Amino acid sequence: MLYRETGQFKTSYKADMAVFPIRQDRIGLAIILLLAFVAMPLFGGGFLLSAVMIPLLVFALAALGLNLLTGYTGQLSLGTAGFMGVGAYACYKLTTFFPEVNLIVWILASGFFSAAVGVVFGLPSLRIKGFYLAVATLAAQFFLQWCFIRIPWLYNNNVSGAIEAPVRTLFGMPITGPHATPELRYLVVLSIVALLTWIASNLVHGRIGRSWMAVRDMDIAAELMGIRLLPTKLLAFAVSSFYCGVAGALMVFLWYGSAEPEVFSISQSFLILFMVIIGGLGSLIGSFLGAALIYGLPIVLKSLFPMLGLSVGAATVEHITFMVVGAMIIGFLIVEPHGLASIWRTIKQKLRVWPFPY
Amino acid sequence: MNGQTMSGQGMNGLALFSRRDDSVAKGEPLLTVENVSLRFGGVKAISDVSFDIRKGEVRAIIGPNGAGKTSMLNVINGFYHPQEGRISFRGQTRRRMRPSHAAAQGISRTFQNVALFKGMSTLDNIMAGRTLHMKRGFFWQLWRHGPALDEEIRHRRVVEEIIDFLEIEAVRKTPVGKLPYGLQKRVELGRALAMEPDLLLLDEPMAGMNLEEKEDMCRFILDVNNAFGVTIALIEHDMGVVMDLSDRVVVLEYGRKIADGAPDEVKASQAVIDAYLGVAH
Amino acid sequence: MLYNIFIDPFVQMAGAPDLLVQALWDGLVSGVLYALIALGFVLIFKASGVFNFAQGIMVVFAALTLVGLYEKGVPAWVALALTLVVMFLLAVAVERVVLRPLVNQPDIILFMATFGLTYFLIGFGELVFGGNPKAMITEQLGLPRGVIDVEMLGGRVSLQKIDIAAAIIASIMVAALAVFFQKTRIGRALRAVADSHKAALSVGISLNQIWVIVWFTAGVVALAAGIMWGARSEVSFALEIVALKALPVLVLGGFTSVPGAIVGGLIIGVGEKLGEFYWGPLVGGGIETWLAYFIALAFLLFRPQGLFGEKIIERI
Repeated sequence: MLYRETGQFKTSYKADMAVFPIRQDRIGLAIILLLAFVAMPLFGGGFLLSAVMIPLLVFALAALGLNLLTGYTGQLSLGTAGFMGVGAYACYKLTTFFPEVNLIVWILASGFFSAAVGVVFGLPSLRIKGFYLAVATLAAQFFLQWCFIRIPWLYNNNVSGAIEAPVRTLFGMPITGPHATPELRYLVVLSIVALLTWIASNLVHGRIGRSWMAVRDMDIAAELMGIRLLPTKLLAFAVSSFYCGVAGALMVFLWYGSAEPEVFSISQSFLILFMVIIGGLGSLIGSFLGAALIYGLPIVLKSLFPMLGLSVGAATVEHITFMVVGAMIIGFLIVEPHGLASIWRTIKQKLRVWPFPY
Repeated sequence: MNGQTMSGQGMNGLALFSRRDDSVAKGEPLLTVENVSLRFGGVKAISDVSFDIRKGEVRAIIGPNGAGKTSMLNVINGFYHPQEGRISFRGQTRRRMRPSHAAAQGISRTFQNVALFKGMSTLDNIMAGRTLHMKRGFFWQLWRHGPALDEEIRHRRVVEEIIDFLEIEAVRKTPVGKLPYGLQKRVELGRALAMEPDLLLLDEPMAGMNLEEKEDMCRFILDVNNAFGVTIALIEHDMGVVMDLSDRVVVLEYGRKIADGAPDEVKASQAVIDAYLGVAH
Repeated sequence: MLYNIFIDPFVQMAGAPDLLVQALWDGLVSGVLYALIALGFVLIFKASGVFNFAQGIMVVFAALTLVGLYEKGVPAWVALALTLVVMFLLAVAVERVVLRPLVNQPDIILFMATFGLTYFLIGFGELVFGGNPKAMITEQLGLPRGVIDVEMLGGRVSLQKIDIAAAIIASIMVAALAVFFQKTRIGRALRAVADSHKAALSVGISLNQIWVIVWFTAGVVALAAGIMWGARSEVSFALEIVALKALPVLVLGGFTSVPGAIVGGLIIGVGEKLGEFYWGPLVGGGIETWLAYFIALAFLLFRPQGLFGEKIIERI
């Protein structure tokens, strides 16, 4: 009833080309932002913020990055965690070299390092496609992880081989280290994620996004229309890796507090790929939905068994989570290959014509 | 003719085809193919073919299946690189050229099996055809308000003209994968037009269409040729269509040119009759 | 520096030929195992066009089932038979639940479905048999153990008996598969399906049956690989990482070529061992984790279709 676009005429191409052409969507987005920026820090509580919301946002950002590459440009990548690691280690090196510069500057700057690495490993995409390219990104994954272990300079020769977030402040308040409040860390993460999501939305709705999708859907036709394949693909690799790098830096500095190289292992890459598949390839909102589902599922399962009066070991829960995630991927691909985002669109369509079936 | 007035409206004070390149006069050769040969391993797809396409004409390439017609188009727009021979476009000769370069020079095409961007809407497909004409770089695109958006809107206006011209307003926002075949072919023509080409290559634009759809498509092709002044080279199997539409016809068989000339001359040529009807050797 | 990279390793090779032979042999043996995993990929890819990411996990799953059953008190040979039954049921289940509903979907969708299968099998295997590493029951299955030392080139090269057995079993298996593919009626049907699903259907070949057969065959190959592998290290899902090495092998050999899988496996195995042994110390060691991918990548840039793949002519 409420979700009805009748009477909202667009009188200019500008209005028609807006990202949210329907008024109710704009109101919905405003409410979500209000909840996220105001209500959540005020009433969320430390556990919800630091154990649920921050991880979710970090994963959503990484999934968004991968989605730009795999969902929009059609280049399958299994090296996401490696690129996240580049961001994290770059940020660590930068902030320990130049402690006086604000950490947020370095978090964003570290994205450029992983973008550069992403471009290097994206170079083979000119000659090789599809599954073959997956091998190239696996090379990136294993090579980068090897670097994180074998190059002591990257972790400032720590005996533990891990990187630890030093205490950094924003407006005089600590945002990393043991004394940082969850509220502040959450707000920093949320602001960065919101900003980058907005930029991603700008990119995919314009010329660049169309070129990416053209390359994904029919690369030969795209080339015959003057879209040069290599620069287009490399740009996708760069932007995607930038997002993953920032996500990696956020993960270590504002969520974990410290990290070992295992954090950036291949299983992390797979996890983020699953978020993208289940959320919906080629959908920004899908990245958030997929991250919420894949990250939220183990939490829900963990609390589900005690609620049912069953006592199940932590290991068993983990195994069941694996099975459920696996089954869910297959199920989604069968029922709805375009993921949660497509279900979301269907719901909106149903709402629009409600109470009529179509 | 209805189509004429339609496109006539479309031309009124509009941006489409405003910056036309007139370095080649009408009737002069726009593209010349000289002694081109193309091999795949040991297989000769094209052997020693020469012909030209004159500015402003509709040029048909016909021949039995496997005669090398599509390979010829692929050579013209740089997708295949011939082992021998030369191709000059607007007087510039080249041996090897990347497809995107050909596109930048003003050659666009449609495909035998529709090659649309299936995951995108009609509007986005045709907008993608404007890519070459969009200049705002990456950092403007990050922002998308201001200059980048103004540019989008300017090109949207051009795209809407094409949409009007091809009468596909109703499917503007439909994902092209969901459109019926005939409409997909029309969207593909629209995408090729959006590039504002000097030379438009059409690979079997009427394949798999019913009579009505064919008539529509013929009308669009003639309009594109007449009203927008686009030179057209087309491959087609429907002889009625070929004879009606084209100014000159080149006939290929087994990768060789066997006839070249006006439709009536070609129709009377003994070699062509033999090629199509078979002959006892 | 340049001396260390380009000359010193070869000096070492010439100086101690027995070590070189040992490294070559070790490389060949792990190459055989890579080849066996890749073989499973190739079988499935040829017959159903599915790039089965789960093949590596099927290797671990088969080995885990075998050992798990034995630990639960089932005699070794019965456990082997039961494992074959389990692999058959897995093939049927995959056909029913994954392949049949996804027929005619783009390749990439099926590829991702096998990711789901991978995760499901990991969870399922660990849930049933526990996540602890297990020892393979080599002696109970009558496989030889121990070392043969060969005196040669002024040194001693030691060959594990189990490795020799692995090589022999792998060759028998490849020969049997070749005969199966070339000479039997089912083999011809398989090749037909590989070329075109629709055309095969139209001449009365049952796709579903063929898929079950192929996945079962791949399961048997996986079991063989699992036994050999388990005998060399231990059975756990940590092998998953090693199983991924089948990907560069495939890239090298081409996705559809059985000889390619074998040659590719051997090249990767040997290249990786020699690289680690002679060049690894220069950069701090451990390069085995990524060297295989770089070898494959370097190769791809020159021959995108693989060693035995046919040249791709793009058509539009």
